[in-house]
Amino acid sequence: MCLAIPALVTAVLADDMATVSLGGVVKTVSVALLDEVAVGDYVLLHVGYALHKISEEEAERTLAMMAEGGLLEAELDEIAGDAA
Amino acid sequence: MKYVEEFRDRALAEKLSAAIRAEADPARSYNFMEFCGGHTHAIFRYGVQDLVPGNVHFVHGPGCPVCILPIRRLDDAIELAERHGVILCSYGDMLRVPGSKRRSLLSVKAQGADVRMVYSTLDALDIARKNPDRQVVFLGIGFETTTPPTALAIRQAADEGLTNFSVFCNHVLTPAAIRHILDAPDIDPEEAVHLDGFLGPSHVSTVIGSRPYEFLSETYRKPVVIAGFEPLDVLQSVLMLIRQVNEGRVEVENQYARVVTREGNTKAQDLVDEIFELRPAFEWRGLGMVARSALAIRPAYAPFDAEARFDLSEKTSREVKSCECPAILRGVKKPKDCKLFGNVCTPDNPMGSCMVSSEGSCAAYWTYRRAETLAEMAKDKAMAEQAA
Ligand code: SF4
Repeated sequence: MCLAIPALVTAVLADDMATVSLGGVVKTVSVALLDEVAVGDYVLLHVGYALHKISEEEAERTLAMMAEGGLLEAELDEIAGDAA
Repeated sequence: MKYVEEFRDRALAEKLSAAIRAEADPARSYNFMEFCGGHTHAIFRYGVQDLVPGNVHFVHGPGCPVCILPIRRLDDAIELAERHGVILCSYGDMLRVPGSKRRSLLSVKAQGADVRMVYSTLDALDIARKNPDRQVVFLGIGFETTTPPTALAIRQAADEGLTNFSVFCNHVLTPAAIRHILDAPDIDPEEAVHLDGFLGPSHVSTVIGSRPYEFLSETYRKPVVIAGFEPLDVLQSVLMLIRQVNEGRVEVENQYARVVTREGNTKAQDLVDEIFELRPAFEWRGLGMVARSALAIRPAYAPFDAEARFDLSEKTSREVKSCECPAILRGVKKPKDCKLFGNVCTPDNPMGSCMVSSEGSCAAYWTYRRAETLAEMAKDKAMAEQAA
């Protein structure tokens, strides 16, 4: 639950929502906690909300390390499993 | 995957490790507390302990929101689901934590209570919209990182006029807990854990900034490095802490500068202020009552406050006997000091909260250091028997 992962904004939607892509999974999230967000931004995603913007370079590096450590799969499973 | 990058990163880890070995003074020992369970997890998962010399010790702090929720509050959540018949929504980690009589949210769900695991407060709001004839309660737990999403859900519910959604608020504050740990030796000398510095919370700091930790250097004279969660982040932060100690500097430094600023996310902070107010005190598992360490929903939003909406009974909640979670959460004991570790208590059959969430100390030892821990336990036992 404490994990926050970098995600790439792929579309900005109405009502402070956006679609993001992380490790190939596309997810609709809230960007209401950010002032401005644009397609191509990397954001730190936590429990369905973008918490902060991050630099692209750092995001890629982090994602690669998480993939290597197997951390990403667990988080992606949790996200994919949320068909509530 | 980008294999080149991975190897570069490995090479960097080796480099950092070599720098730490070169700079750590063999004549002294370095005790650093990582407040966050996320750091504990990273330290074990990537074997960070093996990359630092033996005189650099990690003291695991109480920073796992699942682990520190007192049993009474968990029993309250179970009561909401069982006696009040609400749809209780919770983050997954919470479901398997044993409450009194070893009942968990998962076990009451198996008996028919409507407990649902959600990934986000957005999902909880959706459940409320789709079930207008049922009361839906979101079990709000977590540190400053998880609080803004809860605040937004409450505001959203207010804006939409949802009358069947409320939050059972257990959000807690990290700086107050760290202060409490540092004050503990004054209260009880037995509890004195010598600390040379802190690995500061990373994701929490993306929201509140690094400023709230400045009291640690100013008042308590402890070095702090706000540290990211990746292994390289942790290693680099350890090196920065060692340098502060060696040079006699006491500062708040920010290793996680790619996301953390001194001010944090002010939009999120304002929102949290609008919806929540400070509780005078709140109980933490392991730490007991901690002053000004948690948030309650402001009276203006009382319709969305499960504590105001539902009549929760006074209950006497009981910790599992012999579970050492409370001492482990204070950093004074290790999982090997618990008799139940590995024989009675395992992740499949947890007796205490530290074994449930992957950020808990017992779960980390179980997953990554099981053989060593069990061997140490056997050794300690033999020594105790010999002494007797
Ligand atoms: S091993 Fe189990 S019972 Fe012992 S302290 Fe850890 S969680 Fe509690």
